[in-house]
Order: sequence, then structure tokens, then C-alpha cells
Amino acid sequence: MYKILKREDLTPNIHLYKFEAPEVARKAKPGQFVVIRIDERGERIPLTVADWDEKEGSVTVVCMEVGTTTRRLATLGTGDAIADFVGPLGNPTEIEKFGTVCCVAGGFAVAVVMPIARALKHTGNRVISILGARNKDLLFWEDELRRVSDELIVTTDDGSYGRKGLVTEPLKELLEGNDKADRVIAIGPSIMMKFCALTTKPFEVKTIVSLNPIMVDGTGMCGCCRVSVGGVTRFACVDGPDFDGHQVDWDLLLARQKTYLDEEKASLEKWQCQCEEKSKPRGKN
Amino acid sequence: MAKLNLNRTEMPRQKPEVRAKNYNEVALGYSREQALAEAERCIQCPKHPCKAGCPVQVDIPEFILALRDNNMEEAVRILKSKNALPGVCGRVCPQETQCEEVCTLAKKGGQVAIGRLERYVADWEREHMGVVPVKPAQPSGWKVAVVGSGPAGLTAAADLAKMGHAVTIFEALHVAGGVLMYGIPEFRLPKDIVQGEVDYVASLGVEIKLDSVVGKLITIDEVLKNGYDAVFLGTGAGLPMFLGCPGENLNGIYSANEFLTRVNLMKAYQFPEYDTPVRIGRRVAVIGGGNVAMDSARCALRLGAEKVYIIYRRSEAEMPARREEVENAKEEGIIFKLLTNPKQFIGDEQNNVCQMECHEMELGEPDESGRRRPIVKEGSEFKIDIDVAIVALGTTPNPLIASTTPGLETGNRGTVVADEETGQTKKKKVWAGGDIVTGAATVISAMGAGKRAAADIDKCLRNG
Repeated sequence: MYKILKREDLTPNIHLYKFEAPEVARKAKPGQFVVIRIDERGERIPLTVADWDEKEGSVTVVCMEVGTTTRRLATLGTGDAIADFVGPLGNPTEIEKFGTVCCVAGGFAVAVVMPIARALKHTGNRVISILGARNKDLLFWEDELRRVSDELIVTTDDGSYGRKGLVTEPLKELLEGNDKADRVIAIGPSIMMKFCALTTKPFEVKTIVSLNPIMVDGTGMCGCCRVSVGGVTRFACVDGPDFDGHQVDWDLLLARQKTYLDEEKASLEKWQCQCEEKSKPRGKN
Repeated sequence: MAKLNLNRTEMPRQKPEVRAKNYNEVALGYSREQALAEAERCIQCPKHPCKAGCPVQVDIPEFILALRDNNMEEAVRILKSKNALPGVCGRVCPQETQCEEVCTLAKKGGQVAIGRLERYVADWEREHMGVVPVKPAQPSGWKVAVVGSGPAGLTAAADLAKMGHAVTIFEALHVAGGVLMYGIPEFRLPKDIVQGEVDYVASLGVEIKLDSVVGKLITIDEVLKNGYDAVFLGTGAGLPMFLGCPGENLNGIYSANEFLTRVNLMKAYQFPEYDTPVRIGRRVAVIGGGNVAMDSARCALRLGAEKVYIIYRRSEAEMPARREEVENAKEEGIIFKLLTNPKQFIGDEQNNVCQMECHEMELGEPDESGRRRPIVKEGSEFKIDIDVAIVALGTTPNPLIASTTPGLETGNRGTVVADEETGQTKKKKVWAGGDIVTGAATVISAMGAGKRAAADIDKCLRNG
């Protein structure tokens, strides 16, 4: 069992979990992920690491309540434990001195961009970060990201905070300006990464994205996470998760992510029914 | 001398129309009377060729004699002294090409049903003895790491523990058993049987570390640095092969590894009680002719598919699957489309596979495998409507360990080069055996390799 050392609610439905996993903590690097399973009946899901502390023996992940697993996880708190925590998996993000790097974080992916931006900064890069969210209430870690960036631009879709609009707008302006980026790292929902890659393509700036297809084992065994990159089928779990965004077949990725929409809905409904059942007061027979 | 009895005792099985709708074991095992009747048939011939036919050299005539004499505990002891996983082997070994093929009675067509007797003894133990505490061996002072808990790893670990070494198994998944757990379905190999045999290995003092991906969490060099005196690699062949034809990444196209992992390991057949889903649809095409293809097809049928096809590019004679499994599949209503090979998959607007275009094939001259080479019949294309396709073309070793272990030599298709007799690799203190060395093969050949490597590790440690 892997104990939750700390749970923190970053927004009402985005939570941070710090797990006790000393061996994973020793090995984790920016851009890698873990696979978790809550209990015997649980699904295996991949989560990219947000932080780790070798001394404390902990690994931190951040996730949003979306499906059954993330909602079940959200019922757990500090002191609870889950059955499995496997990692670190996948290849680490390439960290080198590139010059100026633009880190684009969409939604709760700011949590996984954080260690990448930090490592890039420590390596001597000039880091310009763009943080985007649908609205003000979904924003977190603005200050944390600012601390590891030379510059930070915040956008919200509805203009409730920072600049109104999508992350692709300041990204485009940056590439058009004098402050040309040598590399872009864009992490967030697939659709956001797709449009970031489309934005940077005409400027021919290498753009790294972190793909998040459905996975089962996370070690190359099943091929569920296959993606097409440069016309070649790759397994995101062992060949990625980072790939050249200009080479990714985005439509295939987006379509494959929808494979189990019906099942996900059915699973969630069943779980919600169970929750309601549990919360009902017991009647007298 | 008693008259030779050449009539093999049949083992009861669930009726095809019943079993095709449940996940319970197909073969039901011998009753006591049936086991005794079959044991009586063994003539205890002096040459006992069966022993040499067994990759782990089980003392077959001896355990059959003990069974016949009603000395069940002795039968168990004899069996387990050579084979740590008799409940597994009694079910999934291809006895027809091993011990039973060379049985003295085989010449007259009445070979003793050794596999069924092995299963009977193993099941008797489970039912009557449970996991018997084993007297700990005299500690040798040496530590051995075993990577992977499939048939090769479990066998090597059990033997090494019996020799007194402190053994740790590193397993990447959340349960031990490897392919026995994620690959072979419940109806052919019940998971509580596998768990029982894993528990037996653990009872020998073997420590099993789950969720530990060697090559990521820890490398082989780090394992050696951490005080292990030897490492045995038994990580199997876990990387699925695909066809490489157009449309293969459409939704609803699985590798057999993914499909079976979802169903067996993650228990998708109990979705939504279990959280992992699997898509099934009405029509399923399974591509391949091996045991894994048969397992996938029969799983799909049990999940409720109306039509399940086996698509195989050669004829039935060349099928690598066990005869028995092909017969089981046919009885259950699997449709065999032989001399057929996929050309491409066709999807609908949601990217779901909806059709498969195939070629008809014909057989030419034998190829390097000795089987007649399939050749495309020009202009023979036709389409089949399908909702799901499962690609069961075989597997190759996962490169994770080879790529993170300097000094380990690899060969054809990512296999690790190791001596066939000793399991020694080109890297000092590292042995390997099973599918990681041979490419995908059988449970028992992996167990044989685990056994030989364990003996060699022991010898090398003691001889310094």
C-alpha cells in the first residue's frame, strides 16, 4: 500500500496528493509518470509527476476529478492509502541549455510543467511561461511558476483573470517578437497541445508535447497507448510521453482518447449511484 | 502381467453451449476413480522415456505409482520436488508433444494422460493440504534477484530458495504470475490456482516485490550494487507485434496482450463492478493461429460477441495452437477463416473499426520455419464486417532491461543472448531464461530454463 502523506485541494475539483513512495522518489525526473491503482477493483491510470522529494521519500501528483478513478481518489485524504503506485515510467523530458524556452501550461498541467520549468531554469535557460485556464477559479500555482520563470503570462478563456483568450495568442506574439524562443514545451489537454503545435509550426520552433493517451500497464506491454508520430506508430508509455508536436497525428490521438466514452459514462453513473446509496439515511425495516 | 489397457480415461469438461457463456474452468479434472483408473494404465516401464520428455524432469512413473498406491502426500512430494507449479503445468503444458508423446504406450496410441494425473495430484494438494509450511533450507548467505514472476522466474526462485539462497523477485505488475495471470484466461487456468502456486513459492521464503519495474525503478547494475550476488532475468516476451497494415490504430483494434490484460488481469469481464472496460461489439476478428489467438477468441465469445472469427493466413495443419485448444474453440462456435490475411482495416467517422479487408492466401514452398509459406492470391480481396479486431501475432521481449543494462548482449528480435544449458548471459553475474531468451514459447520450456539457470547459479556461487 502507498500512503497519502498529504492531500491538498488546489481548486474545488483539482487535488494534490503526496504519496509515500521512497524508491520512486529516488528515480523520478521531470516529465515522467506513474501508474496508480486505487484498490482491487480499480483501473490503472497514468499520472505525470508534479514533484518528488528524495529525503522525505515522497512523490506528488495533481489530478482533476474527471472519471471514476479520479473521483474515487478524491474521496481519499491524508493518511489513506492506495494499492499501487508504479514508476517512474516513460522517458524524462529532455533538459539542456537551449537558450530561451517557452513553457505553456494548460489547466491543471501547470503541476507537471513546474518541475520541467524549474529544471530548465536551473540549467541556465531563459524561461518564459504561459499559464492558461478556463477561468480564474481553475488557476493555481501562479506564484510557484513565476518563481521558476523569467517571465509569466496568465490567460483565462473568459477574461476573469489575466489576459482574456487562449494560450496560443501570447505564444504566437512571442514567436513573432524579438524574444524568439529556441524551444517550446506545451503540456495540457490534447486539443490545446495540438493548437500550440499548429501555432509554432510556421516558425519552425521545436515544440515538445507530453501525450496522454489511454494506458493500461505503462511499460510497453499492451500497445493501448499507441500514437502516430511522423507516420510511425509509437507507444507513448515507453517511446514517450514526450514527442515532437509537429509530427504527432493529433486527430488519431483525440479519437483514440474517446474509445471508452460510453463505458466511462456507465462506470461513473454506477459509482455516483453507489455514493448516493451510501449517503442515504438507513430506513427502519 | 496384466493386459495392456490402451483406453485413455477422458476428463469431464463443461458442455460447449454452457461453457461458452461462463468464465468457469472448461476442463473439470478427474474424480478419484478416474485418476486411479488412469494411473493403473501406467506400466511402470523400466526406461521411463516420459521423464526425458519433461523439460523439468518430473519423476513421472514414481508420482503415478504413489497415486496408484493411494499415497497422495508422497505423490505431491515427488511432483513438487521437481515442479513448483504442478497445478499450472497440469493444465497448460503441451503434454502431447512432451512427456505423453514419448510414453511407451504412445506407440500403440494409448499414452498415459500424464498431464491430467499431474493436475489431479496438484488439485488434491490444494484441497487437502493447503500450503504446507516448508522446512527452511540452510541459509547459504548468498542473495539472488529474480526479475519477473512468470513461469521462468517463479521456477528459478523456488529452486534457488530450496538451495538456501535469499531470493527477491521484482515484478512490474501489481500481481505476481506474469503471463499466467495477465495472459492465460480464467477458464483455462483459474487465477486462484496460479495464486496458490505463487503463495507456495513465497512460502519457501522468496520475497516478492510488486510494482517494481526493473530498468526504471532500479537497474540491473544497481541491483548488483545493492548486494545481490546474482540476477536471473525471466521477463518473458511482453512486447506485442502488430500487422503494420493500414487502419491498425483505429478504435476497437487491440493487441492480444491488451485485450487479455484488460479481461484477465483487470477483470474487465466484470465491468462495471471492476473499473476497467473492454470493448466487445457483436463481431470480433482475431488474427493469428496460436494459443493466444484461441484464448482471445474464446474470451470474446464469453464476453457476449455473436460472431467470433479466427483469421489465419495458413491452413489448420500449420496452426501453432494446441490441437485441444483448437477443438475447444471449434466446439464453442468460433468461426475459422483459414488461408486469409488482413490487408487493411476500415473505420467509421468516429474512428471505430467497422470492416476488415482480407486477402485469400495459398500455400507455397516451405519457409525457414518448415511450414509452407502463405502467398497472396491476387484479386481475392473481400471484406468482413467487424466491431473489434484482436491482433495475436506473437510477442517479442520488452527492450526495457536490455537497453538499461550495459554488457548484456541481445540477439534476434530483442532476445537476450544466453547459454541454453546454463542460462549464463554475456554479462557477469547475470543469467536469463524463458521467452526473453527464446522469444515467445511455452510455460514449461520457460520453467525448464529457470530450473537450469537456478542450478548453474547455485553451482557458480558455491564454486566462487
